[in-house]
Amino acid sequence: MDRINSALRRVPPWLIYVVAAAWAAWMFWRGVTGDLGADPVKALEHTYGERALQLVVLGLAITPLRRFAGLNLIRFRRAIGVTTFFLVLAHFTVWAVLDVQSLARVWADIVKRPYITVGMAALALLIPLAVTSNNWSVRRLGPKWRKLHKLTYPMAVLAAVHYVWLAKGFQIEPLVYLALIVGLLALRVKWSGLLPGLARRSA
Amino acid sequence: GIAGGIGGRAMAASDALEPNDYGDITTYNNYYEFGTGKGDPAKNAHMLTTKPWSIKIDGLVDKPGDYSMEQIAEAMTMEERIYRFRCVEAWSMVVPWNGFELADLLDMAGVQSGAKFVAFETAMRPEEMPGLRYPVLDWPYVEGLRLDEARHPLTIMATGIYGKPIPNQNGAPIRLVVPWKYGFKSIKSIVRITLTDTQPPTSWNKANAGEYGFYSNVNPTVDHPRWSQASERRIGGGLFAARQDTLMFNGYDEVASLYDGMDLAKNY
Repeated sequence: MDRINSALRRVPPWLIYVVAAAWAAWMFWRGVTGDLGADPVKALEHTYGERALQLVVLGLAITPLRRFAGLNLIRFRRAIGVTTFFLVLAHFTVWAVLDVQSLARVWADIVKRPYITVGMAALALLIPLAVTSNNWSVRRLGPKWRKLHKLTYPMAVLAAVHYVWLAKGFQIEPLVYLALIVGLLALRVKWSGLLPGLARRSA
Repeated sequence: GIAGGIGGRAMAASDALEPNDYGDITTYNNYYEFGTGKGDPAKNAHMLTTKPWSIKIDGLVDKPGDYSMEQIAEAMTMEERIYRFRCVEAWSMVVPWNGFELADLLDMAGVQSGAKFVAFETAMRPEEMPGLRYPVLDWPYVEGLRLDEARHPLTIMATGIYGKPIPNQNGAPIRLVVPWKYGFKSIKSIVRITLTDTQPPTSWNKANAGEYGFYSNVNPTVDHPRWSQASERRIGGGLFAARQDTLMFNGYDEVASLYDGMDLAKNY
């Protein structure tokens, strides 16, 4: 693990932005040129959204990976978080501009359709996180920064619920994301603190 | 058949319809028995054995029994019907089907006077349909129509697309096409047709009655609870295609009289 960690130290975090931007642009180009199948709008919408959700899972996994496996990805966390925001923004933009196509319908969907409302709430929670993902904000906010960035947790749950809620019929994949996210959050809970009686009995 | 080929009476609503590419029609499918992804059916449906094939026609008919595809094809008048196809997910296509009127098949079996509904069932073959491993729906897939809907000249059984045998992912060897209803009503790979006097259960209605009604007529004024049905995206227009307004009964106004006096917001 030390070898992996020291190898990772030589990888610059900005590479994540470059790779993500290149990938997003390449997918868009494939959509333009007709390489994304019969319905490029949905394909692009889904691929941006799903990739963002995968980054949410990865971001939440960083702390447990260090704690339980000794893998240190902390220096990539900011880039992963900010990239998540940009992919969610791309997901939203494709939905609003290419799929729904009118401001009135976008607004109607946000107000009337619970799964869209939930998705919008997740995007809204990402905004203060992205805005304060810089050294200046970390210094300036001090201990409040850590508190603010706990918004990641409700954001992650809302994002997973958004996916579960839009599926037709009983589908496994969105539930896997929800289970992963809930599981990664559960690893952060100090169960012994919540259940002192149980901890004493088992100890 | 009553109607002729292209341009016949039943084709009134299809003036100037430009069919989608064969590729779009055969690679973008909802057929959950082969997976929930749009590309899954095209990838997996080759596993389905479609020869030999027969449809069991039973219930309130004079001549119940197993009707083989050969027997059916020989007795029916084949024609081409270019229909709009509107999915409940708010996308649409135009498909040039080949097939015959369902009414003719019903007449072949002899519908008894007490029959009021027609129930349909899709093949259920776990070893040929990988999607059946997942409880996405309560398998087998079942659908139903009121008898007058089933007998309407617009309602066809399709066995081909673009003059070729219908591909497995589109419901081979024989499927229903009801162009004024959302696509999921047009049940695929039919193995059984039952005439009944009671309204039969339908798969999506069983899965979520609040979202999918028995009738499921295309209706821009009645939204799906999770999305609007007022407009649709026409498949095949590429990334920047504009949405278009959804038409009542998907543009097939000639069926309106079937629902005279019915509240279509209640009977969605």
